Amino acid sequence: MSNFEYAPAPESRAVVDIASSYGLFIDGKFTEPADGATFKTVNPATEEVLADIAEAGEKDVDRAVAAARRAQEKVWGPMPGAERAKYLYRIARLLAERAREFAVLETLDNGKPIRESRDVDVPTAAAHFFYYAGWADKLDHAGFGANPRPHGVAAQVIPWNFPLLMLAWKIAPALATGNTVVLKPADTTPLTALLFADLLRQAELPPGVVNILTGGRETGSLLVNHPGIDKIAFTGSTPVGKRIAQEVAGSRKALTLELGGKAANIVFDDAPLDQAVEGIVNGIFFNQGQVCCAGSRLLVQESIAEDLVDRLKRRLGTLRVGDPLDKNTDVGAINSAQQLERITTLSQSGEDEGATRWTAPCELPERGYWFAPTVFTDVSPSHRIAREEIFGPVLSVLTFRTPAEAVSKANNTPYGLSAGIWTEKGSRILWLADQLRAGVVWANTFNRFDPASPFGGYKESGYGREGGRHGLASYLQEGSAP
Amino acid sequence: MSARLDVRKTYKLFIGGAFPRSESGRTYEVVADGGSFAANAALASRKDARDAVRAARRAQPGWAGATAYNRGQVLYRVAELLESRRSQFVEEVTAGEGLKSKAAEAAVDAAIDRWVWYAGWTDKVAQVAGSANPVAGPYFNLSVPEPTGVVVVLAPQSSSLLGLASLLAPVLVTGNAAVVVASEKRPLPAITLSEVLATSDVPSGVVNILTGRTAELAPPLATHQDVNAIDLTGAIGADGVEWGALEAEAAGSVKRVVRPPLGDAEPDWAQLPDGPRRILAFTETKTVWHPKGA
Repeated sequence: MSNFEYAPAPESRAVVDIASSYGLFIDGKFTEPADGATFKTVNPATEEVLADIAEAGEKDVDRAVAAARRAQEKVWGPMPGAERAKYLYRIARLLAERAREFAVLETLDNGKPIRESRDVDVPTAAAHFFYYAGWADKLDHAGFGANPRPHGVAAQVIPWNFPLLMLAWKIAPALATGNTVVLKPADTTPLTALLFADLLRQAELPPGVVNILTGGRETGSLLVNHPGIDKIAFTGSTPVGKRIAQEVAGSRKALTLELGGKAANIVFDDAPLDQAVEGIVNGIFFNQGQVCCAGSRLLVQESIAEDLVDRLKRRLGTLRVGDPLDKNTDVGAINSAQQLERITTLSQSGEDEGATRWTAPCELPERGYWFAPTVFTDVSPSHRIAREEIFGPVLSVLTFRTPAEAVSKANNTPYGLSAGIWTEKGSRILWLADQLRAGVVWANTFNRFDPASPFGGYKESGYGREGGRHGLASYLQEGSAP
Repeated sequence: MSARLDVRKTYKLFIGGAFPRSESGRTYEVVADGGSFAANAALASRKDARDAVRAARRAQPGWAGATAYNRGQVLYRVAELLESRRSQFVEEVTAGEGLKSKAAEAAVDAAIDRWVWYAGWTDKVAQVAGSANPVAGPYFNLSVPEPTGVVVVLAPQSSSLLGLASLLAPVLVTGNAAVVVASEKRPLPAITLSEVLATSDVPSGVVNILTGRTAELAPPLATHQDVNAIDLTGAIGADGVEWGALEAEAAGSVKRVVRPPLGDAEPDWAQLPDGPRRILAFTETKTVWHPKGA
């Protein structure tokens, strides 16, 4: 049977206006970096250079932290919560108003399908600001004692996989609780953060409350190690998270980490299989698998393994890989050459170590960074592809016989961010949810996110929660009684 | 007629419910506040520390799997037994901390009361710290606190019983297992506490108590890959120990770290806790989603 072909349906990029170069957003203004260093950001789907971006150095970090401190002490800290709330509501509304602009820009800079940036990233980011806006004047009633106090100046370092959404996860609770912010977006995806600075102009947020410093690892390190920082929130890889924790040890800076994962997605023989296949696909191919909570280890009960893998391959054959701006695209581009290299290397190790590789039949564009959806079967728990975070569209399939074996295999990892369960048996879901050492457990669904729902890891997936009432705790000082 | 010669106790370690000597065969002299000989305590080795972690890991799932009501009863039972040994603790605290007997009595009473306070939290903390989350979609969404796992407690150096109780009880509330490094110079109340724990209904291995040099035991415990969290309060005032260095070592395995109080001084332990903060420091929030539909 042949499929009907889709006509191209590209979203127009006319809605965004990308400048040829961008400075640093400090104290409410764009300024040039002190030493003039820049780097380029490219469209990973085409390798087209989108803009020159300033690289913040030591003096720039000094200025941004000083601006944030001034704003915290003079303006934002003393401001009544109800007023802070109104600024955050404004931001939420402005994001919704300019949603299409942000979605297109995110897709251009990140490579993710427009369907995802339009339907997930941007609306969820706006919802996050709307949610935390309402907390700003209710902190006395949030369960952290009366009159809880902010840390002061927060350094926030975010990754490239959900650039705007991670910005929202970081900035919204920080501002709601009365902290000010110096945020560093990832060096391959700075554009939506820079457009957000323009949105802050429209919101008339007081200068210095949010400062945005672009740059790479060096900029991030300067920022988190700056003595003027009171609180650090980092989302990224586990090795970098460990290094930050090491570097700031003994400094008394508050620290929360949202790190890597290697989630098990567990399918029992009584699961609704068609639904499970959709969940598995969403779990590992959403955002090209570049998701810390991706369901990258599929654990299937042995009796249905063959049937499930067949159905999965059939479904993967229908995924449309290509132009991220096309509204029918399911799988977009890998974010960078470096990431593509990592995915390629780890996938090669899967073959070398004896797993069986299957690649979805699809044509990849010639330019840009692409990786076809890939499934490994005959995977053993000792294989690198079963242990290491690939952060790409690569699924490793393992099998189990008993629920106890499923639990022990699922927990057999230093990570503990998320897990999935597929079964029609309610008592089994509740039992398994108790056993799994993971911060988020999705049962008969996967990769759901909501501003009201706490998100974060166990073990080496980090500590602290983002979202919900729990997310406030990361931005408030603890009491001092024993 | 001459006075009767007392029968003295050999103070040992508490690992996996047993009272072994240090595998190293070493001991060190513990002196009372006035400088007189009090006892020879076991000088635990790195190997003893690893054994204690293994015992804690083995015991932890069972303790976490007990009902919250049951954990509450077991912890309350510890308070009952503490009370029955009150005079012994007062003696040891008096001798070790050099307190006047009134002050020592107050410290022991507060330690017992603190234990009762925490015992009552076992079946309440999930209601206070958990939540049903109103997500924007047809999903059941629930967050609950769960125990972090194996927790190392560097017990306070000065307050040998009240300080220890204030740190250990909250660790146990949700179902963690603990490895305690007792106050280096004042370890005797901790060992006597272990005798209380052994005869209460706390399962073997849920609490393990090491005596010895904090500077020798803390670094391997801070780097241990199978330890999930560490309370560094007792690093303050311990010879040759810097809490910042231990925090850096703990980073290698993303341990949850509780730092010593601001000012790097032991807090006033007599002050009541201002909430379940110490309980929650050793919990993980788990959020479970499920679709709703007919």
